[in-house]
Amino acid sequence: MSEELFVQGNEACAHGAIKAGCRFFAGYPITPSTEVAEDLAGLLPKHGGSFLQMEDEIGAIGAIIGASWSGLKAMTSTSGPGFSLMQENIGYAHITETPLVIVDVQRGGPSTGQPTMPSQGDMMQVRWGSHGDYEPIALSPSSVQEFFDFTVKAFNLAEKYRIPVILAVDEVIGHMREKITIPDNVDIIKRMMPKESSDQFNMDNPYLPFKSDENGTPPMATFGDGYNIPVTGLTHNEKGYPDSSDPKAHENLITRLCNKILNNREEIVSTHESFCDDADTIVISYGAPVRSVFTAVELARKEGLKVGSIKIDTPWPFPETQIFKAAESAKNLIVVEMNLGQMVHEVERIIGMVDGNKPNVHLIGKIGGELHKPDEILSKIKEGFS
Amino acid sequence: MTEKNVNSNNKNIQTNENPFMKYLRKDRLPNIFCAGCGNGIVMNIFFKGMESADIDFDTLALVSGIGCSSRIPGYVKCDSLHTTHGRAITFATGLKVGNPDLNVVVFTGDGDAASIGGNHLIHGARKNINITVICVNNNIYGMTGGQISPTSPKGSFGTTAPYGARDKPFNLAELVSTAGATYVSRWTTVHPLQLSKSIKKALLNPGFSFVEIVSQCPTYFGRKNKLRTPVDMINAFKENSANIRKAAKMDEEELVGKIVVGEYVNNSRKELTENVRDLSVEQCCRNLAIKSAYQDKFED
Repeated sequence: MSEELFVQGNEACAHGAIKAGCRFFAGYPITPSTEVAEDLAGLLPKHGGSFLQMEDEIGAIGAIIGASWSGLKAMTSTSGPGFSLMQENIGYAHITETPLVIVDVQRGGPSTGQPTMPSQGDMMQVRWGSHGDYEPIALSPSSVQEFFDFTVKAFNLAEKYRIPVILAVDEVIGHMREKITIPDNVDIIKRMMPKESSDQFNMDNPYLPFKSDENGTPPMATFGDGYNIPVTGLTHNEKGYPDSSDPKAHENLITRLCNKILNNREEIVSTHESFCDDADTIVISYGAPVRSVFTAVELARKEGLKVGSIKIDTPWPFPETQIFKAAESAKNLIVVEMNLGQMVHEVERIIGMVDGNKPNVHLIGKIGGELHKPDEILSKIKEGFS
Repeated sequence: MTEKNVNSNNKNIQTNENPFMKYLRKDRLPNIFCAGCGNGIVMNIFFKGMESADIDFDTLALVSGIGCSSRIPGYVKCDSLHTTHGRAITFATGLKVGNPDLNVVVFTGDGDAASIGGNHLIHGARKNINITVICVNNNIYGMTGGQISPTSPKGSFGTTAPYGARDKPFNLAELVSTAGATYVSRWTTVHPLQLSKSIKKALLNPGFSFVEIVSQCPTYFGRKNKLRTPVDMINAFKENSANIRKAAKMDEEELVGKIVVGEYVNNSRKELTENVRDLSVEQCCRNLAIKSAYQDKFED
């Protein structure tokens, strides 16, 4: 039986995690994400799961990486300052291909900034926060129901591609209350086991824990099952052995890690286009601003203006194909985000690839913690038609 | 035992192999440790303690941070997690709670455990998570070339203390005892028998166990501190070690420069994994879920 609840986004996320099979959470209190931890502290013991409050966010992400190698689906939640502390271990999860889900309920920054106010100021930190080259996956919900759905999806992507998946949420979605439906069953992608059992391997036929399958992602054995997996944050070969000074070894590993995401970009990326076919102006947004954009686009259409919208569910990897198509067809692209311009750089990058007439790009960036009003977006839309 | 085998230099290599070679990834040898490093002694002692504790090698998971001693797990033919600097105990905590059947052992050094990882060390001890932490304390940062560490004795030299260390060093065994660990001991690499017994006790203790092994780094600590050879360092350990019972009767002046060895704590207290499991049993009448990542159906 499906269940209907009236909850805030952070609670929906906790329910989504349980439904997806998350049985381990480690975290540290931080506004405005704390309710995710609080709700899982209540829910996990009722589902045979473990909840740990750690000494800091570095400990939290360390613990979930450990738990993931024990064979559990594991998650943590935080906000900007804690997310900054986690960056080193996020890189560790990338290079060791450890599935995780990290919820970043964004608040105003930098530094302590505005603990209780919404922001989308971490979007580039989500992309580039750890050192080195890597390709993250990030999801940004724009409703409480989506926060639930995307949490389940985040676990599926994490397991499929063996990667830390970031839920890049803003405080509006984290704290807003809406009715959600928790379906009886959700689609689950489970972790891929190696095809052969551990006793099939020996010195002459060694187990290769980091040898990828045809999709670029290696199956993942778990600790304690006899596979004797050496996991290291050093550049390693397919055996898992450190090989940190051979340039080729590093290039091979890091290119494979990036390509397992880039080569599957179309499968990972999710966007929703509305009224784009004949649109002269297309408004691009993600997260909470999507809600104001939808209203603004509706109002514009009522006035007979040819305006469309692209809602981005997966800021990373960036939906290049979808934005390229918009950049080819529209005269104006408007990017609406709660920062001083982050994802707009990606849109500009894509526009640079267009031959011939390039569209104008406008940013409606807003910081301070107030959501964009539909009117503000509508007047920017009208500027393009005057 | 090992040296005798090596020295006998016979035709049949098989029979003269170190008895613990079976636990090593032979295809990764030789290791990166300097000649005279204490890490080889530490590995021998660990395997001896592990065997005498009757630990099933297949359930062993070694976790480490960054530093010379943190390279030990990578040479052992078991599941191992070589993590980020200072954070090994946090990874070990997740691994142990995630699968309480694993025997989780952390290899760490003085810089890794007590400087960058100090917060995790004291909280691991406070929570009494059932893992064993083996801290190879060589009083210096070896991997990065001889900088002073939080255990470097006052007045000792390092590349970042060309005029001698000025700060008070941490007494790790006492720090971890105070933080709540349920088994704590300190020995040096010249105490192999006491150490392997200690490691046995640590592995069998159902709680946070901490074994501090004061070890020699002739390459950096020795060279900077007029103890140039491994033998000089070993002799210094012999001369300066004082048993904890004797030390209790010594005054502050007599204790200067002494390495107080022995068992600091051996008691019992409910450990973290047990607490987490009990809560699950209490709330849903079930033991903790294991390996949820490999399932597509979950109990409600």
